[in-house]
Amino acid sequence: MGEAITVSALNLYIKQMMDGDTVLSSVLVRGEISNYKVYPSGHHYFSLKDAEGSIRCVMFRREAVGLRFRPEQGMKVIAEGRVTVFPRDGQYQLYCNRMIPDGIGDLHLAFEQCKAKLEREGLFDPRHKKPLPAYPEKIALVTSPAGAAVRDMIRILGARYPLCQVLVVPVRVQGAEAPSEIAGAIDAINRNRAADLIITGRGGGSLEDLWAFNEELVARAIHRSEIPVISAVGHEPDVTIADYVADLRAATPSNAAELAVPDSEDLRRRLRHLETRMAAGLTRDLREGRRVLDRAKASPWLRAPLPVIQESRQLLDYRQDQLVHVVEKLLLRERTRLGKQAAALDALSPLKVLGRGYAIVRKAEGEIVLSTRQVDVEEALTVRLNEGELICRVERKEP
Amino acid sequence: MAEKKMTFEASIRRLEEIVGTLERGDRSLEDALALFEEGTKLMKQCSTLLDKAEQKVLKVTQQADGTLKESEFYPPEGE
Repeated sequence: MGEAITVSALNLYIKQMMDGDTVLSSVLVRGEISNYKVYPSGHHYFSLKDAEGSIRCVMFRREAVGLRFRPEQGMKVIAEGRVTVFPRDGQYQLYCNRMIPDGIGDLHLAFEQCKAKLEREGLFDPRHKKPLPAYPEKIALVTSPAGAAVRDMIRILGARYPLCQVLVVPVRVQGAEAPSEIAGAIDAINRNRAADLIITGRGGGSLEDLWAFNEELVARAIHRSEIPVISAVGHEPDVTIADYVADLRAATPSNAAELAVPDSEDLRRRLRHLETRMAAGLTRDLREGRRVLDRAKASPWLRAPLPVIQESRQLLDYRQDQLVHVVEKLLLRERTRLGKQAAALDALSPLKVLGRGYAIVRKAEGEIVLSTRQVDVEEALTVRLNEGELICRVERKEP
Repeated sequence: MAEKKMTFEASIRRLEEIVGTLERGDRSLEDALALFEEGTKLMKQCSTLLDKAEQKVLKVTQQADGTLKESEFYPPEGE
């Protein structure tokens, strides 16, 4: 014998084994209800059994409120959930999150299985939903070319928005060939970029009649489509897998046609509204322009330019007077200053000294004589007096 | 459809743009008048498109080579 482990370790090991199993993480089980009990907590406890076996089940309150029927002892149901171990008592059980009554046929089961599978893959995720074109130019109707559905859609599209071209892509909408034809048509329209919106659907019918729109093939083609798809299957209560995958679900083909295009009448109203707004904008601009113009016209320059010119002329004259006045004042000041300078200069003049009895003695060549050493006896000298000059000869030098 | 005109969508979007600009009133009067003229033209174009439009319905079938062939579609009879 090897190493012994604890009970809780074993239970944990089993739990991890089961939690890692992809089948057990989401299964659909068909069985009969027994021992159904609702606890005050709101959790439901029961068992599902068939002729040979039984499994314990729990449905927590959060999921149980979504039940659309009241489960009872002995009722045949299809339950969806995951199987795992409750470690406290080592019991494995089905943690049920959805349950529907069985006995409505295999189609229902297939529907639920396909839906659960695609949902798990994220095909219904709202982030895959593409916005529809506001003003489609070409709509492809992937539907039966006969029957009321196509006729209704063409009529409504034509009445609401005749600008839009309608392309009927004839397919069978029931029978074994239908799913591949519908999927093929959607793919072909995408490949050829033949339309900017696709409506696929058919008129109402039994679950069997609508079955093509529950096929995985169709769901995947819708999911794959880069062109937005509106599903339009049957009458109101029928919800198909196609409805879950489509970018928009319409209750009926007629409803799809209404959702697909804007209504011309609304558009005409909108155009009129735009026209009013546009005119109002321009009127305001024109009024503003007129006001600027009026203001300009009110200016005296434009109304009576002569007085303005005269006024300016007067101002000019005044300024001219001022200028002359200033210049004259300036001249006078300078002249006075000059007079004063001349008088000062005059006082310094050597001729003034001669007036007081002094004389200037020069040699013949003009050199002023300041010392006896400069002259020789018998040399002629010029003596400048206050009035006139004397030419003299030197008789003798005395030191 | 001899000449390739703007689609209805492009026209109405441009029209909305023009209305928005005129409502903001931040353009010169010359620009505003030019826009108004363009807008009026688009308005007429859109109205004409709506008034004159005749629904076109075609049948489209897949060819063996995967291309699509367009042909006349005759709607089913019925009331």
